[in-house]
Amino acid sequence: MSLKEETDALKRIPLFANLDPAKLKLLAFMSQRLTFEPGHAVFQQGDAGDAAYIVLDGEAVISIDTPKGRIDIARMGRNEILGEIAILCDVPRTAHVTAATEKNLVCLKIEKNDFMGLINEFPGMAVEIMRELARRIVNTNQQLRQAVAAKG
Amino acid sequence: MASGADDGLDRSIYRYVIRFSIKDTLAICGLVAAAQLFYYVTLDLPKNIMNQGIQGKGIQFPVDLGGLGWFSVGQIQYLLSLCALFFVAILINGGLKQYVNSLKGKLGERLLRRLRFQLMARILRFPVPHFRKTSSGELIPMLTAEVEQIGGFMGDAFVQPLMQAGMLLTIAIFLFVQNPLMGFAAVSLFPLQAYIVPKLQKRVKALGKERVKAVRKISERIGETVGGIQEVRTLGTAAWERADYTDRFGLVYRIRYEIYQRKSLVKFINNTLNQGAPLLFYGIGGYLVIEGSLSVGALVAALTAHKDMTAPWKELLDYYQQSQDAQQKYEQVIEQFQPENMLPAGLHAPSTGSAPRLDGPIVANALTVHEDAQTKLLEGVNFTIAPGEHVAVVGPANGGREALALTLARLYLPTGGSIRIGDVDLATVSDADLGARLGYVGPSAYVFSASVRDNLAYGLRQRVLSAAENAERRAMLAEAEKAGNLPLDVEAQWVDYAQSGAKDAADFDRVAAEVLTRVDLAEDVFQLGLRGRIDPRRKQAVADAILAARAAFRQRLSGSQADPALKGLIETFDPERYNDNASLGENLLFGTPLDASFEGEALATQPDFLAVLRAKGMEAELVAMGRKVAETMVELFAGLPAGHEFFDRFSFIAADDLPAYQAILTRTVPLADGSLPAIDEEDRARLLSLPLKLVDARHRLGLIDKDFKARALAVRKALHGDLPEAARAKIAFFDPDSYNAAASIQDNILFGRVAYGQAKAQATVGQTIREVLDALALRERVFEIGLDFQTGVAGSRLSAPQRQKLAIARALVKRPDILVMNDSIAALDRSAQARVLDAIIDGTRGMTLVWATQDATSAPRFARALVFSDGRLVQDGPVEDLKAREGMLKEMLAAD
Repeated sequence: MSLKEETDALKRIPLFANLDPAKLKLLAFMSQRLTFEPGHAVFQQGDAGDAAYIVLDGEAVISIDTPKGRIDIARMGRNEILGEIAILCDVPRTAHVTAATEKNLVCLKIEKNDFMGLINEFPGMAVEIMRELARRIVNTNQQLRQAVAAKG
Repeated sequence: MASGADDGLDRSIYRYVIRFSIKDTLAICGLVAAAQLFYYVTLDLPKNIMNQGIQGKGIQFPVDLGGLGWFSVGQIQYLLSLCALFFVAILINGGLKQYVNSLKGKLGERLLRRLRFQLMARILRFPVPHFRKTSSGELIPMLTAEVEQIGGFMGDAFVQPLMQAGMLLTIAIFLFVQNPLMGFAAVSLFPLQAYIVPKLQKRVKALGKERVKAVRKISERIGETVGGIQEVRTLGTAAWERADYTDRFGLVYRIRYEIYQRKSLVKFINNTLNQGAPLLFYGIGGYLVIEGSLSVGALVAALTAHKDMTAPWKELLDYYQQSQDAQQKYEQVIEQFQPENMLPAGLHAPSTGSAPRLDGPIVANALTVHEDAQTKLLEGVNFTIAPGEHVAVVGPANGGREALALTLARLYLPTGGSIRIGDVDLATVSDADLGARLGYVGPSAYVFSASVRDNLAYGLRQRVLSAAENAERRAMLAEAEKAGNLPLDVEAQWVDYAQSGAKDAADFDRVAAEVLTRVDLAEDVFQLGLRGRIDPRRKQAVADAILAARAAFRQRLSGSQADPALKGLIETFDPERYNDNASLGENLLFGTPLDASFEGEALATQPDFLAVLRAKGMEAELVAMGRKVAETMVELFAGLPAGHEFFDRFSFIAADDLPAYQAILTRTVPLADGSLPAIDEEDRARLLSLPLKLVDARHRLGLIDKDFKARALAVRKALHGDLPEAARAKIAFFDPDSYNAAASIQDNILFGRVAYGQAKAQATVGQTIREVLDALALRERVFEIGLDFQTGVAGSRLSAPQRQKLAIARALVKRPDILVMNDSIAALDRSAQARVLDAIIDGTRGMTLVWATQDATSAPRFARALVFSDGRLVQDGPVEDLKAREGMLKEMLAAD
């Protein structure tokens, strides 16, 4: 369990993939490695978003509150990022995230303030992240167009 | 009274000096004139000494001194008497000069203090929107460095030219008296100098500006070349680039050379004219002496006198330059301090007596607020809010609700219409009275660098309640008044505890607890208390109680009543085990340092500590480990600018030390076999200091393994056994049975470390601590320690929601008549927003509450809503009605 391993995990996240490795290492060093016991909550829907989590080991369950009660909508595994929107803007959590019941969930917790501090210092990072977000918008638009076309 | 100089900040520096120091200036001028008389004597006497005393011309010895026949003296005695007289004249002249200088200094320093104070007072009156255009970065240098230069000149403004010109004039008169022709010769060149020198200087000044411009252009070009270096290389234009720089550097060369030449020309002209004058004296004076119409004494005196002329003349020329500079700087500074629409100075007059209640209805009449000529924030708004009414103010962003809240708090001033509260116009209420009776909290409120308690009490400080305590303070205030500063003692009693409902300072903690509970911050303050420290000698009872809590906590950790939820969350201090969640330094010392020599980096040079390390053969190992840590730190932090907060929070190496460590790394590159070369003492100490900070579980650098831990434990044992008595006294060893003064309350209860990397460990451990403290009725004590917590610069040691809650508590604690809340809970998370809104509505019964919010969904919590759009009040009425009726509120509620 070392810094190197965590840096590698960060590199595999598309949002961070193009960032300078030295900065990623700094980000990993500033972040906290956290273990959640099976079934324990990582965060709750409606909480203020203050950090993003990168899954290093185990699985996380995403669920949302609906009028019919809470339903699971997805599972996330190794090298996936949870709640990344929260470190970019002030929105409450849009879903619950819980450690899966099989085994411990190990995450790297990236605090919003630290991440922003890093971006303020290295504007190049901001540009890379902006690009990645724009790419996502393009993808979403394309999917939407395809979905609308398929329907019509 | 929009921006007029109601406080006497004149446009001209001379007018300013006259306005505030006319009396002192006149007094000094009188002294300067008197000094000239004695100065004249010091010029004139040498002539008599030469002629009468030495040459015995025009006098019969013995001479009757004083003319009363009492002292009859011969030539020698006469000479000595003249010399003594000369000495006395010098003393008086010098003494007067010294006295004038000291008066002048006082005058200048007072003017500087006054100017600074007036500028600061103006900043406090700036219209709030002005701060969007002006940063503190602009204001700070003006109030610190620039004002200082101006202040230095103000003392001199009148005195210096008078003093120097007085000297010149005295010398000139003396020369004319000796012989008109010589007098004329002495001053003949001054008009020429007075004409040429400023002319030449002017050109030098203009050249200086050109030089700055040229250099600025060059730096732009350098940036361009560096940015386009690949293009320059691949397009092969290096020669053209170099030709371009040749040309640009040539321009700078020519400008600089001309400046140099002109400067040396000025010097040459000045020196020549000054030194050329004696030639005239030798020529004309010598001729006159030969002719017999001038004595040798007079000629020598004239020569000496003329030599004396160069100094004041130079001073006058310097003064001319300084005055130009100072006037320009003064104007520039004053310019920045004349914004339109400043708060009238009268509203900042210190007040006495208690503030009148603002418990009448709030009536806005044709209220209009402009940001500037084009932008209208509010237009023609009319409404009445009854005393004690709770009103929501909603509407789209920039539609007028924010402006209304700011105008009610008088942070914006109406440009038309008025707001009246009862029978007073809001525009005429003094700031202190308004501050006492009206509470306002904006969307991101400011927290001052003080304790939590002081921040809460900050809003209770509108007026001073007691006089200065001792003569020393009173004398300081008297001096302050002479410099136009506010003669109120900042150390006197300002906080009006009664306003908060507290009986006295001691009772204030109870009120603070109530208010902080209301805004959902009491728990946080309690947590801060847990992180605080106490001095067990002064608070023996608290320390003993905390030890009892430690024992109770241990029972929850292990033993029959052990709580399974706590398993693995705490690593208790155990003399026989290495603690992965504590630093290596803590593990070795197994205690908390009480003395700086055992603290942090100093430990690496502590001789007793080093001796034990060496005896156990661990020094080299730690140095090698330190080198690895240094490598990582340099890699991680080298790109950050010095002073970045990350250094403080994360780096093992301070920003200032980073270059030194980089140098050490290059000096200590490992040899071919992997071992380190010989490293000198200083470098060893620096490297050794790093791993001591290493917390294995937290930093995850993978440098500490099982064998290393065993060796570290051996060092720990040796330290405890072998340290000399004097050194042992400087460490609070971890002892299960005694209170550790150097550790926080929480650490004293835990007697161990919360494990890193266990999610919710803090929360679970915190809950247990709370239960333990509650069982022992210790919560209030810890809360009081939390109130002592220092919030840091701009409250930076608190989180944004904590700061906001503290600001709301600060507004509530003064129990205002009117509370204006401007999106003040937006920074809180959803659930906290709901709790705090409930608590505020509940806690402001009987007060007028104006709740401006971007969140229209909270409007139904209020009986009445004002809806603003495009600066106009578009809806006003009971929320129930507005919800049902077509209109903006209904739309907004539907959109959410």
